[in-house]
Amino acid sequence: MPASALADGLRRVGAGTRRTIARLGFAARFAFAVLVHSPEGLKRVRLTLREIYFSGVLSLVIILVSGLFVGMVLALQGYDILQRYGASESLGVMVALSLLRELGPVVAALLFASRAGSAITAEIGLMKATDQLAAMEMMAVDPLARVVAPRFWGGVISMPLLAALFSTMGVYGAYLVGVKLLGLDAGAFWGNMQAGVDFRADIVNGIIKSAVFGMIVSLIAVFEGYDAAPTAEGVSRATTRTVVASSLSILAADFVLTVFMFRGVGVI
Amino acid sequence: MNRSTIDLWVGIFVALGLGAVLFLSLKVGNLVTTGSQKGYHIEAAFDNIGGLKSRAPVKAAGVIVGRVESIRLDPKTYEAQVSLNIEPQYQFTKDTIASILTSGLLGEVYVGLAVGGDTQMIADGGRIAKTQSAVVLEKLIGQFLFDKAASGGGQ
Repeated sequence: MPASALADGLRRVGAGTRRTIARLGFAARFAFAVLVHSPEGLKRVRLTLREIYFSGVLSLVIILVSGLFVGMVLALQGYDILQRYGASESLGVMVALSLLRELGPVVAALLFASRAGSAITAEIGLMKATDQLAAMEMMAVDPLARVVAPRFWGGVISMPLLAALFSTMGVYGAYLVGVKLLGLDAGAFWGNMQAGVDFRADIVNGIIKSAVFGMIVSLIAVFEGYDAAPTAEGVSRATTRTVVASSLSILAADFVLTVFMFRGVGVI
Repeated sequence: MNRSTIDLWVGIFVALGLGAVLFLSLKVGNLVTTGSQKGYHIEAAFDNIGGLKSRAPVKAAGVIVGRVESIRLDPKTYEAQVSLNIEPQYQFTKDTIASILTSGLLGEVYVGLAVGGDTQMIADGGRIAKTQSAVVLEKLIGQFLFDKAASGGGQ
């Protein structure tokens, strides 16, 4: 009896592994298919513009407000620690580097995943559940080109812009708290920031990071929607999976990118 | 939501995003060093520059009058050649002393200019003859300990 229970358990593990690998393989083939169908989808610029509106423009408020508050909190906490060492003039460079290298791309991508990624998954999942995707195929309209590719590229284009806006608002929030509230010298604040921030190493790397995160979030969102079980429960599960999987992937990818970008170039 | 409204909002969004990138590059990253082209250059040689970095401020009487443009080692004299970019409205006498100073114990390192009494001014591409190296704290402590030991041995 225990032997068969053990075999059952192993069988379940095996089936789970097999399903996971099959899903990963499907996701990879799906990603490839989206790229192949992208030129066809991008020909209708209007569709992509509409998706930039839905995932980018409608995320503006949450990104701008969060950026401002993150910058203000960073400045308050940073000032508290830096002034113990008499280095409160370094507040500007500390906030700017934290935002440009890590917080801007990562937090903006996390917000984007929960604000726009979940919406994309729910939309595509519902289209599948209500047989709209099948209907398109019946009419010889390719859903990958017509539905998936514009949403994917809309997210990829929006993400770096949102991350840049997040960092900008963060720097402005730090300026408000540091200079206007805590009374730091504005010249020292900006001067140290400008001396410490490098265009190539910090700003360009931050933009590359946010573009990679945009691809990850958009791809996971469209894949989960396309792969959702065509029921109400299936769509809700797919939406949850999008947020969880993209958040984890963003954080993991951030570590990998940071190792490649900032290690061995004398920064870390 | 009709077409032109969406177009308008996407346009605003993209313009805002590019504006943010521009702001980060220019104001935060200081990609284009403002006034870098306008100023004139002065060279100065130091025995030891300590922690001086390029783009560090150049101050006279505590006022920022320019920036350090480049630092390199002279292969013959083994001195650090520091090129200073000075704003054009400021002129310095030929006997000006350039020293490398630190604002506070942990503050930033900068080049301080102390003006002398000469009537002639340094021209563009000129050289500051008198310089004072950075104070290296370890050497200072070493010297202090050595002096202490020497005076203690005398008793």
